Parts: sequence; C-alpha cells; structure tokens
Amino acid sequence: MDQPSTTSLERTLTTLGHNEPDRVPLFLFLTMHGAKELGMSLAEYFSRPENVVEGQMRLRARYGHDCVYPLFYAAAEVEAWGGEVLFFDDGPPNAGEPIIRKRSDITSLEPPRVSESPVLQKSLRAIELLKSEVGDEAPVIAAAISPFSLPVMQMGFDSYLDLIYEDRELFWRLMEVNQEFHVEWVNAQLDAGATAIGYFDPVSSGTIIPRELYLETGYEIASRVTERANGPLAIHLASGRCLPIIDDIIASGAAVVGVSALEDIRLLKAACSGRITILGNLNGIEMRRWTHEEAESAVKEAIAGAGQGGGFILADNHGEIPFQVPDEVLFAVSEAARKWGSYPLDWVDEYGV
Amino acid sequence: MTRSKDSVEEFERALLTIDRARASDILELLNEGMSPIEVVEQTIVPALEWIGDAWESGDVALSQVYMSGRICEELVDTFLPPADEKRKRQPVTAIAALEDHHALGKRIVYSSLRASGYELTDYGHGITADKLVERSVADGIEVLLVSTLMLRSALKVEALAAGLKKAGSGARIIVGGAPFLFDERLWREVGASAMGRDASDAMRLMTELNGAL
Repeated sequence: MDQPSTTSLERTLTTLGHNEPDRVPLFLFLTMHGAKELGMSLAEYFSRPENVVEGQMRLRARYGHDCVYPLFYAAAEVEAWGGEVLFFDDGPPNAGEPIIRKRSDITSLEPPRVSESPVLQKSLRAIELLKSEVGDEAPVIAAAISPFSLPVMQMGFDSYLDLIYEDRELFWRLMEVNQEFHVEWVNAQLDAGATAIGYFDPVSSGTIIPRELYLETGYEIASRVTERANGPLAIHLASGRCLPIIDDIIASGAAVVGVSALEDIRLLKAACSGRITILGNLNGIEMRRWTHEEAESAVKEAIAGAGQGGGFILADNHGEIPFQVPDEVLFAVSEAARKWGSYPLDWVDEYGV
Repeated sequence: MTRSKDSVEEFERALLTIDRARASDILELLNEGMSPIEVVEQTIVPALEWIGDAWESGDVALSQVYMSGRICEELVDTFLPPADEKRKRQPVTAIAALEDHHALGKRIVYSSLRASGYELTDYGHGITADKLVERSVADGIEVLLVSTLMLRSALKVEALAAGLKKAGSGARIIVGGAPFLFDERLWREVGASAMGRDASDAMRLMTELNGAL
C-alpha cells in the first residue's frame, strides 16, 4: 500500500540506493502534453517558461507520477548554437539544416554562452520555478544532449559518422568545444534547482557504434563530463541498446541508465542489479495504441523484470513520450504502476518469469 | 585468392573495420574473371546482407552498416558506373526521408541499394507528403522507399499513401526507420506496402519487387 508520508523524492532516492521504497517510482517524461492541457500550440507552449511549469504541475497532479521534467525539446541546444528549429503541431521541434556545413567550420567553432541564449534562459527559469513549486517533494529531472551525440544535430548524422572515422583530430576539436558548452549547461541547470541531469547519449549505444569505438570516444567524453558535473547524471541512450556496454556505463560514473524496450529487461536487471539503477523500458511508440489491458501488461512485465530489490524507475524507453499517446493510456500506466509496483513485489515469483 | 567462404568473410571483416584499401584489394582478387554484376551479386550483396542482418541481431553497429554501404557504393561505382547498362533492370525507384531531417537511414539504404547494382533517385530529406506525391507522379515512380525517425513523420505515410492513390499512382511504398521497428503493426496501419527492418531487408524487398513488377 502507498505510504502517504513517502515523498516522490524519497521514493526515488531509496530506489537509487538499491533498496525497495513503498512502490516503484514512475517517471512520465511528458514534454508536450502540457500544451494540450493549456490548449496551446507547441510553439506557443514553449515560448514562455511559465507555460511549461503550469503544464508540468497539471500533468503531475493528474497522473501522480514521481518527477517533473522541464525539458523543452532536444533541438533547443542547437538553437543555442545558432541553428534553425522547426516547430510542428504534432511532435517535437526538429533541428533544421546543420550549423556545421563543412568540416572546416569546426576549426573556428566557439561554444555559445548559456547566459546569452534566450531559449536556455527560458529552460533555466522553468527549472527555478518548478523547483520552487515542488521543493524537496519531487525530483526535478533536467536533460542535456551529450557532447558526443550533439553533432548529429549540429552537422547531420552521416557527416558526423564520416568525421569520427575519417578525421579524429577534428573530431576531438569538436568534442572539446562541445564539452565546454555541455558542462556549463549542465551545471547551470543544477544551479537552477535540477536534482539530476538526463545525459542523452544515443550515439554511444551499441545500436549505433561498436564498443571499441565507444571506449575511444563516447565513454571517454562521458567520464570527463561526469567528473566536471556538479550533480548526478543519468545516462540515457534514447532507445538504443546498452547491454554491450553496461559495465562501461557503470564505470563512467553514472547512477542511472535509460534502457531500450528492444533489450530483455531481465538480462538488464541481472547486469545492473546493485550497481546502477534501471530507467525504462516502456515502448513509447507502441504506447500510442495501447489498450488499458496492454498498458497494464507492459507495466507488469517491466516491474516483474526489474523491480525486485529497488534500483528501478518505471518510465518510457526514450525519455520523451510521444505527443500522440492518449491520456487514457497515461492513466492506465499510472494506475498499473500503483497496482503492481507496491513493495514487496510478492506476486513476481508467481508471475510467468 | 580463390573464392571461398573464408575470403568472403575476410571482405566482410574489412568492411566492418572500415578498411577501404583492404576491402578493395580483396574484392579485386576475389572476382578475377567475373562480370561486374556477378561481382555485385556474389560478393557485395551477400556481404551487405550479412552485415544488415548482424545489425538487426545486435552484433554490429549502425555506424558499421553505414560505412560498409558507403565503401561498397564507392567500390562498385569504380567498375559499374551509374547509368551503366549492365546495372540491374529494375522498377523506377526513389527514396526520401519524409518530413524528417534525420537522413542517416535513407543514406544507408541508398548506398546499399546502389552498391547492389540498383539506381534510385534521392528526393532528399524534410520533404512533405504532398511534395513527395507530386514528384513521384511526375517521375513515374514505381517503388518509393520512405525513411523516418520521428513518430510524427512515420504517421505522415498515411497521407502519402492516400495522396499517391488519389493521384492515380500505383507506387509501392516501402517504409523503414525507428518507429516501424518499435511498433511492428505501424507500417500496415499507415498504408505502406512493406516495411524494411534494415538495409538488407530493403535489398531483399527490391529483389522481390523486381520479379513482381
């Protein structure tokens, strides 16, 4: 049963300590649904930090999940670098044409200052306001794109892979510039009141690059950033596979790893148990069409696979629930998380493992 | 070098380690006395199919699939230039990243198909469904390969399929990309003719269509 005296933050910290809280924490990473709540277009919604704060508070009141999530949209970082952002009515804004059009542009690239970026300042204000709303009752989960993954938006994915394989010197020059920006951005969010940072690093996943290349690049960069960040990082591979590099992710200093719906959550639990907290692994794409029963079944399966002993936060597997996911499904997920997530998980042994 | 399973595997290894020079040397030795299209069909296609399948099972990474496709595309272009009459007879084919500005998936399929002897028109990325209908009809496209990364873009395939039908086009739409991998019912829902899980799937689907059209 729920213990009303347990706050969302306490619940989260207990599971991060690899102990069982009153129930499995549920993080609903809803970046866009607040616009529906406020009856606004996404462009209007993201134009003011107060809108995002109001949206987050309303969504949390509705679904009772365990965090607030002030991420505006991933492409905001490219906007800070002077890039174009394209808004849509039915999905997250996308980065437009790359800001690095030819490799030689990297030589003269300078990192933007967080204090001079209107979009980042809006995000920081949203964090401050949310922190003052929730205090120590719930974690404020902020996000940043890793220096290693940001070039996908800065220069296009194919050009970036070409760079990694063909010009390692210029690649490291880009990484140096990106790291300077990233560390300033991460620490500014922590200073504003963020409890932890989701370090989004899909390029590091085994889906995208082989482990030996990851060790030379993404791992090295994550380790450097972790050392310079003034707070905890949760490494999120945004639906990418993590099992091939899970020991390395743990070694890089992360406390949490966001896992993919495409990997067996039981294998993940076996690899992570007592070492790193699992965040996931509900399939956000399928979620759009789930029935109430399918939502309950998916939640039950995830909790059965990873809930025992704590070290598990139930969430979607991408770090952003699609705009198309209906309210009824979010209610069903939230309800099932309470129904099946209350510790001790006595039912799991009887469940078809 | 005599053609053997080991030597084809050595070619695959050269691709996976992004060793262009080694891949080129092995290919040259492997295929002495063979026609260009035999080289493609007996060495390049099996290697790229194996690499694509290995990505699907999590044994190789997307960066390796991408670089392998690029290397093979470059190698094939040296002995089988674009528009060479020895390239495969095929339906009129185009590829695009619908609405999306993420173009890696499109690039991988484009390279793999070109390296397999196909010619296809690249309509680029960020193209709307309406524009794609217009261009496909104007060019008499018979097979349209559509790549998406974002869910919202994948859902636009429905408007694309409706638009093509309304315009009287019988083009087959083959979709691919993350939303279709994460929801295996999605391609039918949006009215696509087929879904390719990876570049090797796209190659197999093209072979099937080549026989059917």
